[in-house]
Amino acid sequence: MKIGVPKELYAGERRVALTPDTIEHFRKLGFTLAIESAAGTAAGFPDEKYVTANIEVMSSAGALWQSCDIIMKVRPPTMDEIRLMHVGQMLISFIWPAQNKEIMESLAARKVTVLAMDSVPRISRAQKCDALSSMSNVSGYRAVVEAAGYFGRFFTGQITAAGKIPPCKVLVIGAGVAGLAAIGAARGMGAIVRAFDARKEVKEQVQSLGAEFIEVENKEEGTGVGGYAKTMSNEFIEAEMTLFRKQAQEVDIIITTALVPGKPAPKLILADMVEKLRDGSVIVDLASEQGGNCELTEPGKVIVRYGVTIIGYTDFPSRLAPQSSSLYATNLRHLLTELTPLKDGVIKLDMTDEVIRGVTVIKDGSVTWPPPAPKLTLAPPVKPAVNSEHVAKIHGKAASADKGSWVKLALATLIAAAALTGIGYAAPSAFLMHLTVFVLAIFVGYMVIWNVTPALHTPLMSVTNAISSIIIIGALIQVSTSVQLVWILAAIAITITFINITGGFSVTWRMLKMFRK
Amino acid sequence: MGIVTCAYLGATILFILALGGLSHPEKARRGNVFGLMGMTVAVLATVLTGISNNYWVLAVGIGVGGTIGLLLALRVQMTQMPELIAILHSLVGGAATLIGFANYLDPDTLNYYTGASLQIHDIETCVGIFIGMVTCSGSVIAFGKLSARISGKPLTLPGRHIFNLFLFVISIWAGIVFVSTHNPATNHMSISLVSGIFPPVQGMPSGFVALCIMTVGAFLFGIHLVMAIGGADMPVVISMLNSYSGWAAAATGFMLNNDLLIVTGALVGSSGAILSYIMCRAMNRNFLAVIAGGFGTGGGSRPSAADQPHSDVVTVNPDDVAELLTRASDIMIIPGYGMAVSHAQHAVAAITKTLREKGKIVRFGIHPVAGRMPGHMNVLLAEANVPYDIVFEMDEINDDFPMVDVSLVIGANDIVNPAALNDPNSPIAGMPVLKCWESKVAVVMKRSMATGYAGVDNPLFYMENTRMFFGDAQKSLEEVYRLLTA
Repeated sequence: MKIGVPKELYAGERRVALTPDTIEHFRKLGFTLAIESAAGTAAGFPDEKYVTANIEVMSSAGALWQSCDIIMKVRPPTMDEIRLMHVGQMLISFIWPAQNKEIMESLAARKVTVLAMDSVPRISRAQKCDALSSMSNVSGYRAVVEAAGYFGRFFTGQITAAGKIPPCKVLVIGAGVAGLAAIGAARGMGAIVRAFDARKEVKEQVQSLGAEFIEVENKEEGTGVGGYAKTMSNEFIEAEMTLFRKQAQEVDIIITTALVPGKPAPKLILADMVEKLRDGSVIVDLASEQGGNCELTEPGKVIVRYGVTIIGYTDFPSRLAPQSSSLYATNLRHLLTELTPLKDGVIKLDMTDEVIRGVTVIKDGSVTWPPPAPKLTLAPPVKPAVNSEHVAKIHGKAASADKGSWVKLALATLIAAAALTGIGYAAPSAFLMHLTVFVLAIFVGYMVIWNVTPALHTPLMSVTNAISSIIIIGALIQVSTSVQLVWILAAIAITITFINITGGFSVTWRMLKMFRK
Repeated sequence: MGIVTCAYLGATILFILALGGLSHPEKARRGNVFGLMGMTVAVLATVLTGISNNYWVLAVGIGVGGTIGLLLALRVQMTQMPELIAILHSLVGGAATLIGFANYLDPDTLNYYTGASLQIHDIETCVGIFIGMVTCSGSVIAFGKLSARISGKPLTLPGRHIFNLFLFVISIWAGIVFVSTHNPATNHMSISLVSGIFPPVQGMPSGFVALCIMTVGAFLFGIHLVMAIGGADMPVVISMLNSYSGWAAAATGFMLNNDLLIVTGALVGSSGAILSYIMCRAMNRNFLAVIAGGFGTGGGSRPSAADQPHSDVVTVNPDDVAELLTRASDIMIIPGYGMAVSHAQHAVAAITKTLREKGKIVRFGIHPVAGRMPGHMNVLLAEANVPYDIVFEMDEINDDFPMVDVSLVIGANDIVNPAALNDPNSPIAGMPVLKCWESKVAVVMKRSMATGYAGVDNPLFYMENTRMFFGDAQKSLEEVYRLLTA
């Protein structure tokens, strides 16, 4: 099959769905490729690069759409582009089915198959196809860069001869892929970073990046299906607002990334909070395309209100087009790898596969979106209830003092007492003296051996082995006998035990010598 | 006589000090010297007072044995340590058996002991020979398994438990026959089934055949017992055999009325028993279950087509790993048996040194049953000059993983398997494991996707933060080292 990549028509979109470094991978899957002239220029990949990679560069968009079996794009197609499609063709790009009903209907009417890169299931196996994550990663990073560009001071604190420079305080709302990327980038530039998220399980991730996780007193759990946040109760939102109002008085930069799938972005930064921010502060609203987390955001623009710069760009990934294109093309390539198991350039839509099912929104003209609910999520598995006995077994503590173990203990004591009494009656005193020594020695051994550090367990075994060659004494006292068979056996015993003595102590010495700081 | 007793007392004290010294690497070397001193004192005292004849035999024995021992100890490689220790155990067991027989054959024995004391003496003799023989043959098989001369796969004969029971019962029965026939005066002890079945052998004291049967039974029992145990349960087996060699010595001590032997044997026996207990607890398996054997695969099988990497794991190459390590500031290395097999400890040490010079924190997390014997990994790392203060036990660092940037798992599988904690139906459920998946990235080094010893799949490989680094550990790590120092 032939894959075609047209130039993006969306105003200001600089990304392209195929980069020169990914071409070979598509070839290996058995596809032939074509790209529209100047499609990659805005992303830093002029036509020559594609010519060098030996793929067809077509000057006419119409010819491209007509001749290719598969079209790979970034943005959803325009109505004009849809009209260029023919029956049985496949389209792979961002579609946003929930927001683009008209486009979905038009595509269905053309009897084509459409795969939406925004509908990849959020499971571990599909991570390499997940374009939402890769683009969010870029957005989070770029948000910090844009903020730094509009912010009038340093991110990092310094003490210089000309005066003390305070560090910048950054608040990141929403610790998903974009939020974490923003935290990482801001920390990298030296800022003090705080982050908030309704989902408690991201606390560790945030802290591991060196940021402070700030929480609301409310106990409500914020994680919904698929690891996304869910819409929270009114009490929770009230508490959130109070928290943000307080933070507004302390921080310099706010980066918001809060989204709920399928719904408009929640309004978290209200006008009065913007007023509370100090002059020169910056808000970067990554949710701007879905309405924005800040009430005052104007999508696509940078405005100043109450002395605060509010960045409402909707094209952060496009601003880093070379990197985003490369990542997006790689996501596409991984998706096509899943779809082309025989590596013969022919796509197989296995609708029983969770990933393929999720990604396919229209199949041969029938709308297959939304897919059935996902079985696996990225949410952490519920820890199995571990009963105390199990824990006690693992940690080797004494079994819990329930009736059963008392009975066992009593029984064991009785048996031991009976045995000792029996021996005491029947055995000669010599034996009993040896028995005494034996039992005491076991207790001494027990005490001493538990003290041995685990790192030295191997030398412990070799030295105890060497010491147990003391059995040679038994042979030594036999060797002087006149009975031939006896002293022969004793001689053999002496020989092999001596191997153990010299060998055992030497090898222990060799090992202990190696343990150095 | 009094001097000898005091010498023995001194030796006992020195032995206890030797074991006590092992609480810390700094004190341990001194402890080893104490042990040697104790042995010298005891042997000298015995030689000077107990030998009256056959000096040349003694000299030859010491010379030959001593030389072999030194050669072995100085030549053997650290990666062969498990099999060396196994074969050394067999020597003590063998000696116990020989000494038991020698004592039995010595005509003085029947003159010295009579009546009840002879019975007890005979029982002690039997016990000593039995344990000694089991230790000897079992250790030889353990040596075979550890040196890969015998397959690591457990030998699961049909009805093997019955077979073991049978051997055990035969040995006990033969022992009882021996005790009753050896003693001329205890006819009332003889069970009608027995006396007369075994004909007396000319020139040998009575009960010879019975004693031999018991010894053969013990011999076979030892072999079969260890053959049925899989390769990676070896840590328990070696500790167990270490323990038995102690009990054999103690039994011999009872037989010879020698308190030094009894005490030393008890010390060694309890040492091995404690190590076995620690190993079993670390695998969360019952000791009897391990000994009953039959668990586990051969482990480390040749990779087949089915084991080729699935598309759902993310693989990395040396460049990626070098970059991950360069960007990290807190690194945890988790070695396993694979590191030993591949002799990769030196490459690991070189990388560790480089990373530490760059100011990174590097630590090692050692699972109690990593490798084939207790302390296996520690010894290999020490050999490669990794400072021991960055080598930690599992319990010391298991909660630190969320702070770790990169976990590097080298040739380990079951000890980092999250199924042990999350899946109550897994064969390894409940086993404590190193929680490397909590670190930011886990790089797992294996030869292929083949399962480890327990034969279970490892969900770690499919987790989002895991990267698989396939290849021979030594070669791969040397390449990473080259990239780090380029």
